[in-house]
Amino acid sequence: MTDTLKYASCDVVIIGAGPTGLSAATALKRAGIEHVMVLDREPEAGGIPRQCGHPPFGIREYKRLMTGPSYAKMLVDTALKADVNIELKSTVTELKPEGVLTVASPEGLTELTAKRVLFATGVRETPRSARMVSGDRGLGICNTGTLQSMFHLKKMIPFRRPVVVGTEIVSFSALSNCKKAGICPVAMLEEDTRPTLRWPLHYATHLFGVPLLLNTCVVNILGNERVEAVQVADENGSLREIACDGVLFTGKFTPESSLARMSHLTFDPVTGSPVVDQFGRCSDLSYYAAGNVMQPRFGSDTSAAVPLYYTADNLPQPVKVAGQCWQEGKLAAGHIVKDLSGALPAASA
Amino acid sequence: MTIEQQRGRNTRDDKRTSGLLIASGDVAIIGGGVVGCAVARRMALEGASVILIEKAADILDGASKGNSAILHTGFDAPVGTLEWQCVQKGYEEFHAIHKSLNLPLLKSGALVAAWTEEEESRFNGILNKGKDNGVKDLRLLSRAEVISLEPNLGQTVRAAISVPREYVIDPWSTPLAYLQQALKNGGKALFNAEVTGGEFDGSDWLLNTAQGQVRARYVINCAGLYGDILDRDVLGGSEFTIKPRKGQFVVFDKAAAKLVKSIILPVPTERTKGIVLFPTIFGNFVVGPTAEDQEGRDDASVDKENLQVLRMQAIEKIPDLATIPVTATYAGIRPATEEKGYRIIEDKTRNWITLGGIRSTGLTSALGLAQHVHHLLAKQGAHFETITEPAVPCIPNLAEHLPRDWQKPGYGEIVCHCEMVTEREINAALEGQAPAGSLSGLKRRTRATMGRCQGFYCSARLAELTKGKFAEPLDVGEVND
Repeated sequence: MTDTLKYASCDVVIIGAGPTGLSAATALKRAGIEHVMVLDREPEAGGIPRQCGHPPFGIREYKRLMTGPSYAKMLVDTALKADVNIELKSTVTELKPEGVLTVASPEGLTELTAKRVLFATGVRETPRSARMVSGDRGLGICNTGTLQSMFHLKKMIPFRRPVVVGTEIVSFSALSNCKKAGICPVAMLEEDTRPTLRWPLHYATHLFGVPLLLNTCVVNILGNERVEAVQVADENGSLREIACDGVLFTGKFTPESSLARMSHLTFDPVTGSPVVDQFGRCSDLSYYAAGNVMQPRFGSDTSAAVPLYYTADNLPQPVKVAGQCWQEGKLAAGHIVKDLSGALPAASA
Repeated sequence: MTIEQQRGRNTRDDKRTSGLLIASGDVAIIGGGVVGCAVARRMALEGASVILIEKAADILDGASKGNSAILHTGFDAPVGTLEWQCVQKGYEEFHAIHKSLNLPLLKSGALVAAWTEEEESRFNGILNKGKDNGVKDLRLLSRAEVISLEPNLGQTVRAAISVPREYVIDPWSTPLAYLQQALKNGGKALFNAEVTGGEFDGSDWLLNTAQGQVRARYVINCAGLYGDILDRDVLGGSEFTIKPRKGQFVVFDKAAAKLVKSIILPVPTERTKGIVLFPTIFGNFVVGPTAEDQEGRDDASVDKENLQVLRMQAIEKIPDLATIPVTATYAGIRPATEEKGYRIIEDKTRNWITLGGIRSTGLTSALGLAQHVHHLLAKQGAHFETITEPAVPCIPNLAEHLPRDWQKPGYGEIVCHCEMVTEREINAALEGQAPAGSLSGLKRRTRATMGRCQGFYCSARLAELTKGKFAEPLDVGEVND
């Protein structure tokens, strides 16, 4: 972060260089905001699309059908062309009142002050542990994100014949990745009576030649060193064993929001997102949040005292696709521009 | 073929090379758990040439991999027993050495909390036992005092006994430091070297291992969950039988650590010791363990039902935990035996000592047990020249309340974002005298992938950094995109 001093007080700092953050940063620069800095903890900008080696990306934004990596590159190039400052390997370690951030980078710890901060840290899938799935803890158990980053970024594969758990959009991205990587899933499991992904897309399992087992869940994972089999139960509770060398837990997205959870910002433990007003502003008005880190409350029961969210039986979160995040980033930028010119109400409460 | 049979066959295949003499020394220690590491350290410092023999690819692969990481005062130990003595001595020695080894200590204190009248009625017994055990600072706290000390504790708490010197330590760096010090002072460690048999020729042992033969004057059996089997295989009999007892744990997100600062101990009943709620040195908060007797000595699997019960029990005692996500789940296996106490058995005619039945107090008592072993060997006539100025290793700090590596420039990059593990830390753990021999070993040395995302973000980078280092790698192969 050689430019830290130059930007020691920024107009806007954006945390997260994915579709939301980069789109917001570009929009802010284009609206004439002078110092806009995007911080990302990874060594490369672009966020999750970097590792999604398949279409469809970019239709809404660039009117073209692109794969994830080329879309990510386009987002970054567009932001850089707009003169956005992107700082990589820069981990925000603390959010402090009034836009003060502590940032760790290989050059050392620094403090930044921004007039406004946009929190755009995205989502991740729920790992096996938080789903409380029974069994051994051998190698070969992971989420789609791990499969994607291993395959697309490092050219490695974590298994050859996994069982895929879940039928969300990302689950089918997983199947597509498996096919490209020469991985042959032995089954796709869904505990519900029908796939989460709507008709007719779920017929994709046929395209990939993977048997889809509905009403079926993993009750036990076997294999101390590496996964050797899973025990599954159907709706009658009858058990059977499926030999495999991995378990791919897909979806059940959860905001990557611990930075907000640990901070002074008002936080909603049910959604796992910071609480925002209609402009996307947090309880500390110098902070905004947008993109996938903001998850809506489900259904009518907004008074749930014990969040279902963290239990194994939680509902799948409807993850926003890159185009929606890009749109939300632009929208947030619009609010921030207005806010900086004094055109937003001071507090909506 | 079942999984167990396959495994059995693999082990037998590994015994091909047993003919070659690969190491010789004064004391062979079988088992690289916390007890084995502590004994190796003590005997190395006393001037013996030690060889630690471990059957797994890394230390802490058995009972020592899953414990509660508490440094016990021994206030509730059985009065006057060897266990009590070793806990006390271990506690003292840890305090004497932890700073020089750079081992963290979280001075959390503990509360033995009563939630029912029946539990409260046992307080006098606990206070008296504490007094008998020489722990003089136990104090009875009223409900109001408990609530003011720990306001997030459930309001149904009735009273508590404060145990101010019950602390939290790093369960994995601590034994690693012991081994490192043994190695720095002339010791040797052999991995993937399961002991399959041995002969005593009247003055020396010749042990057969999966890596070759090891000659040693004395043998200390620290084989934990396999202690009885080792005695049977080599000595021809064992005075005890291991009755494996599983303990499952649920780890809550770091956000929970601000809720409660103390270790919350249960009032033990006749039937069960009960579950503990405790902060970890890494900034998490944990509930556990269960106590489940089982046949399998390797079966550290978790099960949903018990995990959910644990989580609900934790929420009962600390209601705000309901809003905290679960980060991880794990299980450990205690090498219980048919009796409650430690099973320390000396075969003086054959220079063999067995340290058996070391359960939850082992992390604290290991240093005391190691002193005891030295004492026993000295009585048997073993004489070594104590090292006057022993070399001292400096163990990387993983404790959340002390400065971590990412706070110092030049770390390369942060690889594991949840636990803030740097590239520099990972590279260091893969090098040196006792490098990580497996992904689990790397996790215990660095915390990589042990946080809330469980490897979602960093597994790919870790697979790259550890390429060619482990017998069981993270990936199963390379592909062309």
